[in-house]
Amino acid sequence: MDLTVLWFGIIAFLFVGYFVLEGFDFGVGMSLPFVSKDDTDRRVVINTIGPVWDLNETWLIVAGASLFAAFPEWYATLFSGFYLPLLIILIALIIRGVSFEYRHQRPEKEWKRRFDRMIITGSAIPAFLWGVAFANIVRGVPLDSGHNYTGTVFDLLNPYALLGGVTTLLLFFTHGAVFLTLKTEGELRVRSRALAIRAGILTVLVAASFLVWTVLSYGTLPAFVLAAAAAVTLIASVIANIKGREGHAFTLMALTITFAVLTLFASLFPDVMPASNDPANSLTIENASSSPYTLQVMSWTALIALPLILAYQAWTYWVFRKRVTRGHIEAVEHSDVPAAD
Amino acid sequence: MNDLLDPLLLSRWQFGLTTIYHFLFVPLTIGMALTVAIFQTAWVRTGKVHYLQITQFFGKIFLINFAMGVVTGIVQEFQFGMNWSDYSRFVGDVFGAPLAFEGLLAFFLEATFIGLWIFGWDKLPAKLHLATIWLVSIASILSAYFIIAANAFMQNPVAFTINEEKGRAELTSIWELLTNPVALAAFPHTIFACFMVSAGLIITVAAWHLSKNQHLETMRPALKFGLWGMVISGALTTLAGDQLSLAMVATQPMKMAAAEAMYETSTGAAASFSIFTLGTPDGVSELFSIRIPYLLSFLSTHTFDGTVEGINNLQEQYQTLYGPGDYTPIIWVTYWSFRWMIGMGILHVIVAVVGLWLTRKGRMPTNKWVWKAAVWSFPLSLGAMIVGWVFTEMGRQPWLVFGLLETADGVSPGVTGIEVLISLVAFTLVYGSLAVVEFRLIKKTAQEGPAAIGESEEEPGKPLIHTTVY
Ligand code: HDD
Ligand code: HEM
Ligand code: HEM
Repeated sequence: MDLTVLWFGIIAFLFVGYFVLEGFDFGVGMSLPFVSKDDTDRRVVINTIGPVWDLNETWLIVAGASLFAAFPEWYATLFSGFYLPLLIILIALIIRGVSFEYRHQRPEKEWKRRFDRMIITGSAIPAFLWGVAFANIVRGVPLDSGHNYTGTVFDLLNPYALLGGVTTLLLFFTHGAVFLTLKTEGELRVRSRALAIRAGILTVLVAASFLVWTVLSYGTLPAFVLAAAAAVTLIASVIANIKGREGHAFTLMALTITFAVLTLFASLFPDVMPASNDPANSLTIENASSSPYTLQVMSWTALIALPLILAYQAWTYWVFRKRVTRGHIEAVEHSDVPAAD
Repeated sequence: MNDLLDPLLLSRWQFGLTTIYHFLFVPLTIGMALTVAIFQTAWVRTGKVHYLQITQFFGKIFLINFAMGVVTGIVQEFQFGMNWSDYSRFVGDVFGAPLAFEGLLAFFLEATFIGLWIFGWDKLPAKLHLATIWLVSIASILSAYFIIAANAFMQNPVAFTINEEKGRAELTSIWELLTNPVALAAFPHTIFACFMVSAGLIITVAAWHLSKNQHLETMRPALKFGLWGMVISGALTTLAGDQLSLAMVATQPMKMAAAEAMYETSTGAAASFSIFTLGTPDGVSELFSIRIPYLLSFLSTHTFDGTVEGINNLQEQYQTLYGPGDYTPIIWVTYWSFRWMIGMGILHVIVAVVGLWLTRKGRMPTNKWVWKAAVWSFPLSLGAMIVGWVFTEMGRQPWLVFGLLETADGVSPGVTGIEVLISLVAFTLVYGSLAVVEFRLIKKTAQEGPAAIGESEEEPGKPLIHTTVY
């Protein structure tokens, strides 16, 4: 197989991994004000993703670095072209990341509240902007012959891209609420399920229109099939949730996100960044890729590393498979270890 | 546009500031992961509760620091594309590989097992839990190797050919890239320096408590560990630094000349190492200076009658080689950063040696000044580390990739000065306020000291280990 195609696939895989995993982290962060009644609730919510948020975010780092290694032109054009949106995403990820660690360091209400707000906004902003960014890639952006982005930041805020942003925001929000249903107990779980159902129905409406727009304007036949699959799994997920099958609902949500991301990548192929002004300036898997030798080195590494990575990450999720309970939090809070919380 | 909005200048400031900031946290991560792993091993093997206390205490400081290392690292990963897109296009084929290796082989490992370590105290058997922190330590050292190999390509490009048609460097051998002599020398130097920084932190914290006569049971062994750690890793850093000097002179003679502000080529005794200069270190006028004859010759060539090339000479050579232009870095920066690195390093190794003498056979110094000096260990070692990198990176100027690409040619052509100004201001504000919070938290945690560890009710004598929750 042509290695550029393989690497297009691996990049798609890494972004699928990133959005499926950090997707529910974002959703959990955004759900914080909707499902929790007191501080213990909020701590339960945060602790459902405590052990895994960092490794989930690492998928983004690896996706970025792999883009750099396999498609340097794509990396250069995308990151410099989307300068300000990426800046905002980075700042959001920074304040969100430190908030997990800092929030529990001090008991004052004001302190905790400040970091709660940072977790909520730090989750919502990237959830929205990733959709905007990817929708713009699919839609195409103006590029000059040196592959540099020639538009402004306002060109990125077109209706299609904004709808894409709302779609990812809602998808991740629902995904997070379903995850919380799966990882909590008692009232918190009841509230999470109610939220997941309401958010899920709204998501179906928005996501359906976005996927239809994508397929009609930019889509290919594979994209159409994938978009249909995304729609079916999304609806199935909402139904599973209503029936109280939260495990199924979560798996189906993960599949929805997978299919949605694959729809976008399938609409791109074999371009990686279509130029909206002149197709001759488009970046393709051919003109954006690294040399065959580098791709070969990278392929061997990925071939050996990825199965291992999947194995130990799966093991981590298995270690932390139990639901997080209020009792668990309170036990630590009332222990004789001062300031352990 | 005026200078204030020059994207090149702003991008350089931004890259410099954000990388320095990232590197405030990295040495502690690398050093403390190992420290915590060692103390936890001591606990698992001996069952002595005070080792567990030390483990959890320094573990807490380690974690506060770790979060910052991670989030600032993501910025680093993105910035090559955001601010240096032409650079990324030029080197991506070569430089991307070590970065991707770092992610695939080190960061994933680190991020996964740190979660298991933090939250796994009550979920994993003791030995398996111990293994997780060792894996974190190994992964952090591995990640340092890959990033240094990437950086070494910029200092001393190897294993590439130039593809004229695509206008870029292409990788010819991954093995050669990863065994770049500059990487092989810079890696041990940086890693041992990281251990100096963590030893510095331990000395600082332990000395502070001991001077107040508190937490003796845990802080005495901690102090001892820190002092020995400092002396040993200090010696190793110096040895590695000596090797690195040789590699540097071989690949970037201009950097050594700039480090010494030495304009004329000199041989033997005249190739003296200046310890201190009053006057203008740009060599125009020298009022007073202390010099050690032969030392520079020895540092650069390991012989006493070696020849060390001067700036003027090299500038001429480079002009014939690369065309007209100024190939000299900013001399006062390189001159002073080189001195501060070595000076601060030697200073706190001396402090540590004195400390070992004063605490021999369980003695405790009573003189307040001794403790006050010891508390400076951490800032001194971190300072040496930072100026060392400033020296390395500023000494490389005007090159971005030595001999191949100038810094001015690497900047993103499509990004405007306003955009970079916005990001520079945003990063400065966010990083600045986080630094304040971070510093206060670490200080407070350090001053609280190790927590007492209770006994299990079912099995008296067995320590009650609480896991972390957010
Ligand atoms: C605690 C920190 C520390 C201490 C005590 C020293 N260094 Fe250092 N030095 C570093 C921390 C550092 C560093 C920050 O880690 C650098 C930056 C790049 C690198 O690889 O290591 C560095 C770079 C660096 C370079 C530049 C390499 C290049 O640009 O290619 C040289 C020549 C030396 N060092 C030499 C020395 C010598 C001869 C020392 C002692 C006598 C010494 N360093 C002490
Ligand atoms: C962690 C220690 C490091 C510190 C403190 C540091 C510091 C700096 C500073 C101060 C500059 C600005 C130089 C100038 O513009 O005059 C700079 C530039 C740069 N550094 Fe580093 N650096 C570090 C490590 C690295 C590593 C590991 C890499 C690559 C893998 C790297 C890549 C770059 C690049 C691409 C630039 C921008 C271009 C330039 O101005 O030269 N740096 N760094
Ligand atoms: C000599 C210079 C550097 C060294 C030794 C180094 C090493 C490390 C280490 C050990 C970590 C993990 C620990 C922590 O989070 O604090 C880390 C985090 C990170 N570094 Fe650096 N770094 C350096 C400079 C850079 C540069 C220039 C980049 C840009 C590519 C970079 C990218 C990252 C990223 C993306 C992370 C986050 C990884 C995670 O999620 O665990 N680092 N770095």
